[in-house]
Amino acid sequence: MARTESQSHDKFAGRWFWRYASPAAFFPLAGKLEKLCWVIAAVLTAVGLYIGFFVAPTDAQQGEVYRVIFIHVPAAWMAMVIYLAMAFWSGTGLVLGTRLSFMMSHALAPTGAMMAVVALVTGSLWGRPTWGTYWVWDARLTSTLILFFLYVGYMALAASFDDKKKGDRASALIALVGAINVPIIYFSVKWWNTLHQGSSVRPGSSSMAATMLTAMMVMTFAFWAYAIAAALHRLRTQVIEREREASWLKEAIK
Amino acid sequence: MMWDSWGAFWDMGGRGFFVWGSYGALAIAVIAELVMLNRARSNALNASHENHDH
Repeated sequence: MARTESQSHDKFAGRWFWRYASPAAFFPLAGKLEKLCWVIAAVLTAVGLYIGFFVAPTDAQQGEVYRVIFIHVPAAWMAMVIYLAMAFWSGTGLVLGTRLSFMMSHALAPTGAMMAVVALVTGSLWGRPTWGTYWVWDARLTSTLILFFLYVGYMALAASFDDKKKGDRASALIALVGAINVPIIYFSVKWWNTLHQGSSVRPGSSSMAATMLTAMMVMTFAFWAYAIAAALHRLRTQVIEREREASWLKEAIK
Repeated sequence: MMWDSWGAFWDMGGRGFFVWGSYGALAIAVIAELVMLNRARSNALNASHENHDH
């Protein structure tokens, strides 16, 4: 009896090893990593907000409203980074045919879309007192809006096929083709004469006060940890959905 | 403390609506995502348990 069980388990693990990596091994590890990321996100958010609101000084030009950038810039960065990560996993899935790669990509999309919304809404609320308008069809704003639509299109397409494999492949194509939009967003402030200001943070040099920059970077790491935690959570949910039959899962979630 | 009072803190130099509106929008987005994460997880677990019971 014990022998049969271990044999079937080996067979199961072997089958999964090549096509998906082993979810039985991945599932608990991802759970630990997820918890760690939630904790890091919470701690860094508290630290970042404290520095942002109680240490960083009033901006000489913008007054207090500049404090929106502590979340606006990290959200905009994450929206771009998550899209690139999604494109990477989608490409990996298309080339290698690995199911877990598509699942990674699906797990990232909603958080990326959420980051794009946060970037657009906070930017709009910052723009009104600073530029005098909530919205302008400026290259950076428009390309960020397109990024949001790409996320929505990706998720809609992935969900629209009864055959999950077809949905995986079709949505992966959107992820890959849409990735061209990310460098367009990033360089838009250089390529076009945009109302949106150029980058204040560049590798090696920065035009911000040190405490302001610190608050923004701490919040950026908090957003990273949050995004990883949310994506891992979604990934584990997908594993539960797809592995209903597996005995290892019954043990893991009981 | 760099703020004269809590009133000054919430006022944000007259830009309270825009600053707190932004942070409020982030809070709503995060809470909405956490709710959706939990809902999807419990749906998956319920379906999974039903499956095991049969």
